[in-house]
Amino acid sequence: MENIKSKDWYLTNFKTIEGSINGESKTPFHELRRKAIEKFEEVDFPTAKDEDWKYTSISEILKYKFESAETIKVSKEEINKHLIPGLKVNLVVVINGNFSKELSHIHKQADGVRIDSFKNLRKSDPDLIMEHFGKHAQIDNGFVALNTAFANDGIVISVPDNAAIEDYVHILNLTGNGTSNVLSQPRNLVIIGKNSAVKVIESYHSISDTESLVNVVNEVSLGENSHFGLYKLQKECNRSFHINRTQAHQSKGSEFTHFSITLGGSIVRNDTNIVLDGENCTGNLFGLYLTEGTQHVDNHTLIDHAKPHCRSNEMYKGVLNDKSRGVFNGKVFVREDAQKTNAYQSNKAILLTADCKVDTKPQLEIYADDVKCSHGAAIGQLDEEAVFYLRSRGIGEELARKVLIRAFANDIFETLTSAELHDHLNHLVYDKLK
Amino acid sequence: MLTVKDLFVRVEDKEILNGINLQVNAGEVHAIMGPNGSGKSTLANVIAGKDGYEITSGEVTLDGKDLLDMSPEERAREGVFLAFQYPVEIPGVSNASFLKTALNEIRKHKGLEELDAMHFLKYMKEKMKLIGIDDKLINRPVNQGFSGGEKKRNEIFQLQMLQPKLAVLDETDSGLDIDALKIVSHGVNTFRNKDNAVVVVTHYQRLLNYIVPDFVHVLVNGRIVKSGGKSLALELEDKGYDWVTAAEPAEESV
Repeated sequence: MENIKSKDWYLTNFKTIEGSINGESKTPFHELRRKAIEKFEEVDFPTAKDEDWKYTSISEILKYKFESAETIKVSKEEINKHLIPGLKVNLVVVINGNFSKELSHIHKQADGVRIDSFKNLRKSDPDLIMEHFGKHAQIDNGFVALNTAFANDGIVISVPDNAAIEDYVHILNLTGNGTSNVLSQPRNLVIIGKNSAVKVIESYHSISDTESLVNVVNEVSLGENSHFGLYKLQKECNRSFHINRTQAHQSKGSEFTHFSITLGGSIVRNDTNIVLDGENCTGNLFGLYLTEGTQHVDNHTLIDHAKPHCRSNEMYKGVLNDKSRGVFNGKVFVREDAQKTNAYQSNKAILLTADCKVDTKPQLEIYADDVKCSHGAAIGQLDEEAVFYLRSRGIGEELARKVLIRAFANDIFETLTSAELHDHLNHLVYDKLK
Repeated sequence: MLTVKDLFVRVEDKEILNGINLQVNAGEVHAIMGPNGSGKSTLANVIAGKDGYEITSGEVTLDGKDLLDMSPEERAREGVFLAFQYPVEIPGVSNASFLKTALNEIRKHKGLEELDAMHFLKYMKEKMKLIGIDDKLINRPVNQGFSGGEKKRNEIFQLQMLQPKLAVLDETDSGLDIDALKIVSHGVNTFRNKDNAVVVVTHYQRLLNYIVPDFVHVLVNGRIVKSGGKSLALELEDKGYDWVTAAEPAEESV
């Protein structure tokens, strides 16, 4: 019943918005939104009956009536709290899903490079938006449908052939306003030309300690021989809900690295999907989550090896405390064409109490015959022999446990190439372990 | 320095130590010998504070301080060091950063200033030379992928780095070839001085050719059944443990 009420709430909201956009309602862009809301009406929110949502119940999310909110005033100090010390970035601030020009700071870029808001570009370059919007992220569940139907703002990064954005682009997302249950639905596009390179940090933080729902969709297109690194930090308050779909399409010779670290959130669901759609692509997916209380973190990945001679390397790790829960579902799909595929997947978790739980489901579907694929999953406790060993050398119990937890996550950290980002995330992990 | 009085220890329902008495003074080296299952490792672990042992009675003190009342880390900071029989592998933690953390925790406890990276490195280099440990081993995760000999050498390296009052070596000779045995013994012998003490727990007399003890105690069924000077070890080697185990019931009736 709750489910039906929720659905109606968002359908009604859509009608309200549609009634206020006047001329825009005739555009092809809005036509896509309308199709998305129809799709939403058809598929609805996922339930435990959906195989992909078997271990993650969203009923808690559906208890609240979330609605879009305006940008609110945020101080520079608040922004500074979330910056990565010492790291030079193009700062892009997004508040409740809306780009904030005043708080952003974007360096002058090479010709043709664009770091702009989705909203601006819908007006100034609708062709670019229409070429990519909804082309990568299929509407296969209610959340993607909802994001698409309500798509309004977000960030677009577009880099022409043979170019690079030197510094990281840090998309800093702040959510909340202290009064209502904010719904933030950024829609981000990253379009990278041939031989080009971009590094993006997307971080998520709460303005207020209230229930909010962030429902993001990232669509990524990598040109031939391009490089893209996407580093995601989820550090929202423990009352927030976070749903993230990242869909990347890789062309020949490209390399994509996705790094995800989840520290906050009540229910967090990440869907990270890549299609290796040209020869000699590399896809790296690295993830770490630390949970406490009743936090629930679900990482779903799909690596689609569509062409031969590609590599994928996937490693997810979790540290669970109290009564928290983790889910890992990693699907690797090797199509008939994708000979000489080299795919590696590993996922490990440490349970610090008897009350936490992890559901893990590695899935390999292989239709080619000359491939190298391996996967492994391990769930265990902290090694008490190791704890004693450290303590016997004078290291206090609490620190010993922290050192060992941090050591468990070490191979995830080692994939970071920026020392500043590495140190910052390291710091946040130690903080969370307090 | 170390005083063990009437120590009785049980693991689950099994009595392992049945009234140990031991006095180790500064400047002394004591060897605890005994057959397998006699309780040697239990004694070492109880001194270091490992979980899983029930102390039913008795006391263990270090310079008059009650060790049994302290956590393992407090004992270490007070100067107890256990060289493990099976050193633990710790992936993801480099040997160097582990030792820096440990050393500074101990220094903090003693009210000394923590060593910064530069001073620590200088101090570590000296000790590395002494034990013949190279950079590769130092930068690797603690004991990970080390050979048996490298692990034991790493224990003695830690002993040299941390400079405890009391070193308890648990079967440090097991799995060592003669060259490694010499290096490890050299590390222990250079550690020895008039202010510290060493307790060597071993099954074989071989190690005692290199680390010469002042006293030898024979542990059988959780009791010290015989004590003597270094010649006792040779006698044991010659006659085997049956010699003392046979004598044990007679002692029990005394």
